[in-house]
Amino acid sequence: MIQVIVNGLSVGAFYALVALGYSMVYGIIKLLNFAHGDIYMLGAYVGFVVLGALTSWLSLPTALGLVLVTLVTMALTGGAGVLMERVAYRPIRHAPRLSLLITAVGLSFALEYGVRQIFGPKPSHFPVQIDAGSVNLFGATITTARIIVILVAGVLMVVLSLFVAKTRQGRAMRAIALDAKAARLMGIDVDRTISLVFFIGSALAGAAGVLAGAVYGTIDFLMGFIIGIKAFTAAVIGGIGNLYGAMLGGVALGLLESFGVAWLGGQWRDVFSFLCLILFLTFRPTGILGGRVVERM
Amino acid sequence: MSWLELDAVDVHYGRVQALRQVSLGVEEGEIVALLGNNGAGKSTTLNLISGFVRPSAGALTWQGQDVSRLKPHQLVAQGIVHVPEGRRIFSTMTVQENLLLGGYLVRDPAVIKRRLDQVYDLMPRLQERRGQEGGTLSGGEQQMLAIGRALISAPRLLLLDEPSMGLAPLLVAQVMRIIAAVNQSGMTVFVVEQNAKAALQIAHRAYVLDTGSVSLCGPAADLAQDPRVVEAYLGGA
Repeated sequence: MIQVIVNGLSVGAFYALVALGYSMVYGIIKLLNFAHGDIYMLGAYVGFVVLGALTSWLSLPTALGLVLVTLVTMALTGGAGVLMERVAYRPIRHAPRLSLLITAVGLSFALEYGVRQIFGPKPSHFPVQIDAGSVNLFGATITTARIIVILVAGVLMVVLSLFVAKTRQGRAMRAIALDAKAARLMGIDVDRTISLVFFIGSALAGAAGVLAGAVYGTIDFLMGFIIGIKAFTAAVIGGIGNLYGAMLGGVALGLLESFGVAWLGGQWRDVFSFLCLILFLTFRPTGILGGRVVERM
Repeated sequence: MSWLELDAVDVHYGRVQALRQVSLGVEEGEIVALLGNNGAGKSTTLNLISGFVRPSAGALTWQGQDVSRLKPHQLVAQGIVHVPEGRRIFSTMTVQENLLLGGYLVRDPAVIKRRLDQVYDLMPRLQERRGQEGGTLSGGEQQMLAIGRALISAPRLLLLDEPSMGLAPLLVAQVMRIIAAVNQSGMTVFVVEQNAKAALQIAHRAYVLDTGSVSLCGPAADLAQDPRVVEAYLGGA
């Protein structure tokens, strides 16, 4: 039982980290950024390269190395997110929504097959793995890797919540999500704030990518596809555009899958997720926390 | 040259011309009213000054500088702050958070604190409701919040778009008193109003806009007596 819960939480942590970027971007510019899952994949590859470079230059303890690599990766994927918005989305921000959506899908393919072009179609092996130790918790065997994932994701989410709730920039983000014109009247530079949202969302997805590499050991150029859709599902379940909704949705989806798999077997995992997505879209499109009805595509 | 000056400004929305050769000026310390019917171009004029629309001809200068190409947030940094039509309160944020957003460009927390206190002094109602969501306030309270939010940045020119819209007469008078008090404390105000009577009572000078052009201008007291204004805008005989 505890095993199932911890498994669910650790998978849910990945979903939540990626869902946050999805949801924040949707909240601020009403764009479903279908390339967001590929930023997670990009994070894994950036981590792969940086880790390779780092271990050949200096010999750091694995834990410290991983923290360092995660931070560097977050900065780089954050930058990639900003670039993506600047080059692909900003010029057509006021175009019909379908144009934005198609651009997002195109960008997703560009990232996937760009990475395939560089690293090849075969999965790469992550140079460092979080060692496979485990602890005993109330009779269940929990791998340290899962605990680390849950802790890292938890810390990142607490920091993000505080940032959005308490700081000047966080307030500016919420203001733009509510009323972009009024936000401009406050002296908020909307373009810069949108860049910041892309930076944060992409940095979180990048962190998740590195963690995934370190936990699962292999990475491939399509790894962002399925988690992108799962994160979208999580964001919808929680209430898209809502920060806490994305966290809640991610964790809920992780637990749901975990219980479903324990009950019926691994091949049912995706069936559970997408059934859940369909049910929510049909009966409660605003999600668990989304009170107000938001415009849908 | 005036403090704020529009010189022969044209504005087009696509092929539709919204403003035609509009020239007007606001001097430091004044309240200037811009009157006119629906669709006369009043809001367009404000949106022009606050950087949301661009002139297709003519000049817009602020303290002698051309500001016609600046973006809205840059104009806020220049001290031009626009309270929009319909208030546009951030409805799910608290009164206090709305006010803090008004001070977005103010970096010093001590200054923000002082100005918050000033706004709460001027409008005690807002202080009572500081923890309440903006969207739950009444129309009059929302208008006060919108004005208070603008005041936190200590603008040098306050632009008000239809501050009396949708308010009961008693509240209109209250909002006008607040505007007059703000002006007394040294702030320059440019106010767009359909309620000509209320606006002419507090303004020093006024312009009348008619289908995109200035048709009349002069001291507010004179315009209030002018038969053309009385007939068209004051509901007189």
